[in-house]
Amino acid sequence: MAIKKRHLMLGNLACVHGAIYAGMRFFAGYPITPSTEVAEGCARELPKIGGKFIQMEDEIGSIAAIVGASVAGLKSMTATSGPGYSLMVENIGYAYMTETPVVVINVQRGGPSTGMPTKGSQADTMQARWGTHGDYTAIAVAPSTVQECLTETIRAFNLAERFRTPVTVLLDEVIAHSREMVTIPEKGEFKVYDRVKPTCTPEEYVPFEMTPNGVSPMAGFGEGYRFNVTGLTHDTMGFTTNRPEEVSPKLDKLANKILKYRDETVKMRTEMMDGAEIAFISYGSVSRAALQAVMLARKAGVKVGTVQLYTIWPFPEKQLREICAGCKKVIVGELNMGQMIYEVERVLPNNIKIHSIQRYDGEFLTPMQLLEKLDEVL
Amino acid sequence: MSDSEAAGKTDSKPARKAKYDYSSGPPPLNINLKWCKACNICIALCPQQVFEPDRDGKPVIARPDDCTQCTICWVHCPDFAITSNYK
Amino acid sequence: MATVKETNQAEKQKSDVMLQYLRPKKKFPSVWCAGCGNGTVMGAIIRAIDKLGYSKDEVVMVSGIGCSSRMPVYLDFSSLHTTHGRALPYATGVKFAKPHLKVIVITGDGDALAIGGNHFIHACRRNIDITAILINNYIYGMTGGQGSPTTPSKAFSTTTPYGNVEKHFNPSELAMAAGATFVGRTTVYHVPQMEKMITQALEHKGFSLVEAVSNCHTYFGRLNRQGDPVAMLKMFKDLAVPAARAKNMTPEELEGKLVTGVLQDIEKTEFCDEYQKVVDAHRGVK
Repeated sequence: MAIKKRHLMLGNLACVHGAIYAGMRFFAGYPITPSTEVAEGCARELPKIGGKFIQMEDEIGSIAAIVGASVAGLKSMTATSGPGYSLMVENIGYAYMTETPVVVINVQRGGPSTGMPTKGSQADTMQARWGTHGDYTAIAVAPSTVQECLTETIRAFNLAERFRTPVTVLLDEVIAHSREMVTIPEKGEFKVYDRVKPTCTPEEYVPFEMTPNGVSPMAGFGEGYRFNVTGLTHDTMGFTTNRPEEVSPKLDKLANKILKYRDETVKMRTEMMDGAEIAFISYGSVSRAALQAVMLARKAGVKVGTVQLYTIWPFPEKQLREICAGCKKVIVGELNMGQMIYEVERVLPNNIKIHSIQRYDGEFLTPMQLLEKLDEVL
Repeated sequence: MSDSEAAGKTDSKPARKAKYDYSSGPPPLNINLKWCKACNICIALCPQQVFEPDRDGKPVIARPDDCTQCTICWVHCPDFAITSNYK
Repeated sequence: MATVKETNQAEKQKSDVMLQYLRPKKKFPSVWCAGCGNGTVMGAIIRAIDKLGYSKDEVVMVSGIGCSSRMPVYLDFSSLHTTHGRALPYATGVKFAKPHLKVIVITGDGDALAIGGNHFIHACRRNIDITAILINNYIYGMTGGQGSPTTPSKAFSTTTPYGNVEKHFNPSELAMAAGATFVGRTTVYHVPQMEKMITQALEHKGFSLVEAVSNCHTYFGRLNRQGDPVAMLKMFKDLAVPAARAKNMTPEELEGKLVTGVLQDIEKTEFCDEYQKVVDAHRGVK
């Protein structure tokens, strides 16, 4: 077996290679620390493979351009940070309503407002869930290593293409700006999912057809199918409707096509949970500290484990309950003033005491801090 | 014939002697009364006053023989309610 | 020389041609007010596309939000009805992704110049091969008659009840200043001119803007006592000054007038072509 080439790579660039591996051939973006390197990487790499890069005039232009490109048939992506994501949410909602697959990378930085551009944070967690107006069902994934930036971006595209919906990749700034060893997978090593294409004749094509799994076959503009796409609530033909009997079924379709298969979106990593009475729950950079803390604590005979979420939204309710069933306490670690903890509290039964350790001064939660918290709650 | 010249005809010169005979066969134009919204544009802009408004303000082809097939009515119609049967 | 019969036969087809481009399964007539210029512009666009022989599969119509932006759904093309002010960046995405597509943006004075202003000037600057048809009726019609960036000073609207204290954009001049390489202004009275101008704009390689002055008699006309559609059309006829004649007129003489005709028609390199050269030069390079 040939030794696979390994690269010392920046997290942001690993996202680029992941996206390209997944078939992304269109990037539109706007410079913003700490995600600019994703745009720079795409500007360099895409022409080499016949892809397209454009720097738009602002983040709203960027999300609009990638949705347009996806409607035209290309897998497309943008990357930004909190302030840019805030500008994008209306049109992320448009991608959701029109069932247009796109990937939006949010490299989270200190907020709110301009905040701390070069410092890490996880304070956009709830924005990825509730950012756009209206009833919206989010999909958001979160890597914790540079290699995972690559693999989670592939997974983000597969989820977007499969469910015909926008997917957010939540990074901490610290991961995006770290350099670690990365191997780029061979073709075929990872499954790459492409949107289902219609096979019927253009006359029969119903662009937003109510299919059993809720995902309608998606033709791209210029592929022989002519249809209307609108952000107005619309019927199966894509024509505007306000008829109640058509409105709620459409919103049900947008939500249930994801929630019906939520188990297949779940991805978690658990370490040393056998017989654990306490569990850390976290994502991203906090999970790395938690792993270290748990290893040290186990050596000291403490029955503690760690649960890392890769899929944040939809929140893995059932799986988290199962994994933490044996625990008496959990500690939710976050780089914000408490966001994911609301989901943990909503989901876990009352007999499990829920603690939290939060850091929002721009620095990371360290293993030592987690161990101190562990002592406190023991 | 530029558009302004055609439209200008209503004020000064008398109606031109029609060169099309519509006494037999279909009238010069057909009006889709379902699509027409009685906006009065065709009636007002027709250089030859071919139309008369009906009770609802929708055009009736009152003087078909005056139609000079200048196309002003249906190029202006916002609702494509007029199509031509020009000779 | 085609005989009178042949030209009239052609004329006959021309009037029916519009019906061949209407969206099957879509209910007509349109949602627009009786006499609204949007329908007239839609007819001119259809006839221009028909004359150029574009296939329905290669035309993509993109619009934002507003009365004029309800146009694409009525036409048998690929249509993308986007968010307010964002038709141009969406269209940029479609065009850049598939440059062989004929991308036409339908937008209004509010959609393109207020919320969409930033995208408007950048689309012009970028000189991407998109034709934008900006239907300028001097008001926000969809939301019920508010002042827009083209509402003239002292004019009335529901948000300028005491007369507009602001100044207004001249969309065509703004486009030219931002780098658009084809710019023309016409009105819904001058339909043959509009049809010809749209044809030129569609054929033009690079960003082309057609500013179509249109009547919103329901709000702007009513609030400013400009009468019914016919009165407003006649007003446009009287206010129109062909560009050639306007050249040797003073700004005072041109005050309140509508300078019509092609105002800019120059060649610059086009965005998608230039990027394709980059791709061709670097494809396959490790």
